[in-house]
Amino acid sequence: MRRVPAEISRVLDDQQSFPVNRRSFLQLSLVAGGGLGIAGWLSGCSDSTAFVPSEDGFNPNAYVHVKADNTTTVTISMSEMGQGVRTTLAMFVAEELDLDWDTVKVQQAPGDSTLYGDQGTGGSGSIRDNHERLRQLAGRARAVLIAAAADQLGVDARKLKTENSRVVAPDGRELTYGELAAGAAALPVPDQVKLKPTGEFRILGKERIGIDIDDILQGTATYGMDVRRDNQRFAAVARCPSFGGKALSFDREAALAIPGVDEVFEIPAVGAPVHARGGVAVVAANTWAAFQGRDALNVNWDLGPHSNESSKNYSRFMHEAVSGKGAHVIAEKGNAQAALERASKVRESVYEVPFISHATLEPMNCTAQVADGRCTIWAPTQFPNWAKGAVAEALDLDEQNVEVNVTLLGGGFGRRINPDFVVEAATVAQKTTGPVQVVWNREDDLRNDFYRPPAVHAIKGGLDASGRLDVWRHRFSSAPIRGTVSGKTDDAQGNSEANGASDTPYRIPNTVFDYTALHSGVTRGWWRAVHTTHTTFAVESFLDEMAVLADADPLAFRLALLDEASSVAASTPEQFVPDPRRLAGVLRLAAEKAGWDTPPPDGIGRGIACAIDHRSYAAEVVEASMEDGRIRVHKVVCASDCGPVFNPNGARAQIEGGIIQGLSAALGEAVTIEKGGVVQGNFDTYRLLRINDAPVEIETVFAETDTAPTGLGEPSVPPLAPALANALFRATGNRMRKLPLVG
Amino acid sequence: MITINVNGQDHQVEAPENMPLLWALRDLVGLTGTKFGCGKALCGACTVHLDGAPIRSCVTPVGSVAGKAITTVEGLSKSGDHPVQVAWKTLNVPQCGYCQAGQMMSAAALLANNTNPSDSDIDQAMQGNICRCGTYHRIRKAIKLAAANSRGESQS
Repeated sequence: MRRVPAEISRVLDDQQSFPVNRRSFLQLSLVAGGGLGIAGWLSGCSDSTAFVPSEDGFNPNAYVHVKADNTTTVTISMSEMGQGVRTTLAMFVAEELDLDWDTVKVQQAPGDSTLYGDQGTGGSGSIRDNHERLRQLAGRARAVLIAAAADQLGVDARKLKTENSRVVAPDGRELTYGELAAGAAALPVPDQVKLKPTGEFRILGKERIGIDIDDILQGTATYGMDVRRDNQRFAAVARCPSFGGKALSFDREAALAIPGVDEVFEIPAVGAPVHARGGVAVVAANTWAAFQGRDALNVNWDLGPHSNESSKNYSRFMHEAVSGKGAHVIAEKGNAQAALERASKVRESVYEVPFISHATLEPMNCTAQVADGRCTIWAPTQFPNWAKGAVAEALDLDEQNVEVNVTLLGGGFGRRINPDFVVEAATVAQKTTGPVQVVWNREDDLRNDFYRPPAVHAIKGGLDASGRLDVWRHRFSSAPIRGTVSGKTDDAQGNSEANGASDTPYRIPNTVFDYTALHSGVTRGWWRAVHTTHTTFAVESFLDEMAVLADADPLAFRLALLDEASSVAASTPEQFVPDPRRLAGVLRLAAEKAGWDTPPPDGIGRGIACAIDHRSYAAEVVEASMEDGRIRVHKVVCASDCGPVFNPNGARAQIEGGIIQGLSAALGEAVTIEKGGVVQGNFDTYRLLRINDAPVEIETVFAETDTAPTGLGEPSVPPLAPALANALFRATGNRMRKLPLVG
Repeated sequence: MITINVNGQDHQVEAPENMPLLWALRDLVGLTGTKFGCGKALCGACTVHLDGAPIRSCVTPVGSVAGKAITTVEGLSKSGDHPVQVAWKTLNVPQCGYCQAGQMMSAAALLANNTNPSDSDIDQAMQGNICRCGTYHRIRKAIKLAAANSRGESQS
């Protein structure tokens, strides 16, 4: 029984990883027959069957709860992985409801699509998909509180104001929300209210410290690994070192002999799209005993059908594939062949990137308990709805008997979208009693990821007699993410792997994009920004190479390719239309802030690159040099456009973090495959960026185009690698086309 | 039974001598503020103080710390007012926050011995602490702010 079609069809829409509004989600769920009722969540009306208000205080919908003590609890339905949703989403409510921020508390929603709709957190979508709904629900709650105050004070509601969790009358009398809560709870909620004009914002658009900061700084925040239930035990799972293999035999007694180890048993693998690896579980009284017990198992593995695969073979396949026509044409315009033949100047370059790992600092983990036909989960998951459906299917339970509680996440970056680690814990819990926390060590985490795919891009471009870019022939090969989701790889999947290559707004008259899929047993997934982590590296590096060929300034060369004169159709939630003016805007803004027109200091090269990622626009200027054979990044300037910025402190943090992560991948990250398994096991061989290699100067600036808000979690990642390569070319004369840059 | 002193309090833990201190703290004493990231002293998430000096608790056997004073992030201050914590809050340093206990413990140890660290002092003291979210820029600024506050200077 296929129980997860709706959730999966969502994440397959790769041009914008998640559908941008509830309507498209509803359409998908109806089409897929997922039976996901959304009656309650949209309006939170008191007559909805799904939402049951608390009897205490004023709780008009699933997100807002004003209590008698005048605190207001805001329920956050998206997962917090450091991108600041628990703060920013609370800010929307606090603004529209005129709350005193010091009285705001947040609580995390469990996975529940009837109450909260689609809780998949990723694709830079949390603000984009929730701001309107949260403001509307908060505004309606405010209207009810005013109505309650009007009754109690005997004043016309239209004369009342709200501020800092109080309703204030013209004569100075006031009532706190806490005092009004009980009365408000008895009144009807309006269907629609007018929202506060931007000019009156007191909270949105202003500096704000993260709402969980005290817990984080004092060590009391609860991440997945910190969950502690009564009688909780801990488990480690031995998994096959090569993808798709299985255990043949193991030394159960040796593991049981380790003090603290209780049980040893096999757990089954679960296939696509979940890809829980299966293996041998060791359940023990504490984490150390579980790891020690697992070490003693001495498992004999059948290495499975992919044991002859290697990065060397993958690379060879991809290079061969792009040396001729690809297997599948993704898009074509004009006549690239003819244009290349008549071009005045021609250049071809090949770019390559490896598998890379998410490497969240908190490794995968999940706490699960199965009892009396119910499964309860506590997980640092980005997608509780998928996890819930996948657990229900794996354990053959009704979804209503599966509860998924969401903890804080020690990093996500797209890894924790996949429910494999949740299903795995559920299958362990099913075979024993009591709550069990399955913990992955760093080796488990690095070797059982859903990696950013490896890719090779071969781009051939031609200039016409006036030095204009006239033709772009782009062949690429990668192991498609869709192949992992569906369990079957084919060349047509290239259509969903080309974001950042075939959909840029650069005006080039003759283009062709083709694709050849690499078959691989390695599981692939969504790594912050996803396809643009490699397509943009190739595109923005090659554009730079063509600018050099044209003897043109790389900024001017790009601007000449962007049509800022013609009007652009408006984007809809279902269809994104890239706006060349906004891309030109961030290019110019980044260049201006970086002092593009003044030459950089001696020995330092400056490079520029840009990207449209998940509907937001970003351009970066990197200043870098080579010192004693070491790459030094001195400064990064990022100009981005996500429409209005609601949490500026958090917005800057997302840009800074994306720059560091992009730089980390560019400089040192690579996962290599040998004998069908991952070679790297820990941070000695999988090299993450450290503080001594991070640029000391990072400048962020926002072009706040007046448009619907989009996100910032991802857009600053893709431009970094090409801007760095472009900078190093100018510093050294050496063009680097293979990541990571440090071998 | 091994007795360890954590944040000024003695705890008796039933653990093999070779259990890393990290797991004794998290699973036996019940203090989960100290985090696991790598198990091989490569990431710094597990940093605690041993008699005031920073150590990686994931590779320190619990049997080797008996009789010494262990300080974890929970014991860095009574109510979040260590200069490092104050600076971290002022500059809104954490994103996911998972690495920050280790970052702060390393930073606190640096500042205990160096009241005016240079960029290269900071590099040296902090390069063992990985932040995957990329908060290095703010960590550097926060260390300088904490140092300035401790010296009684205001920082522009």
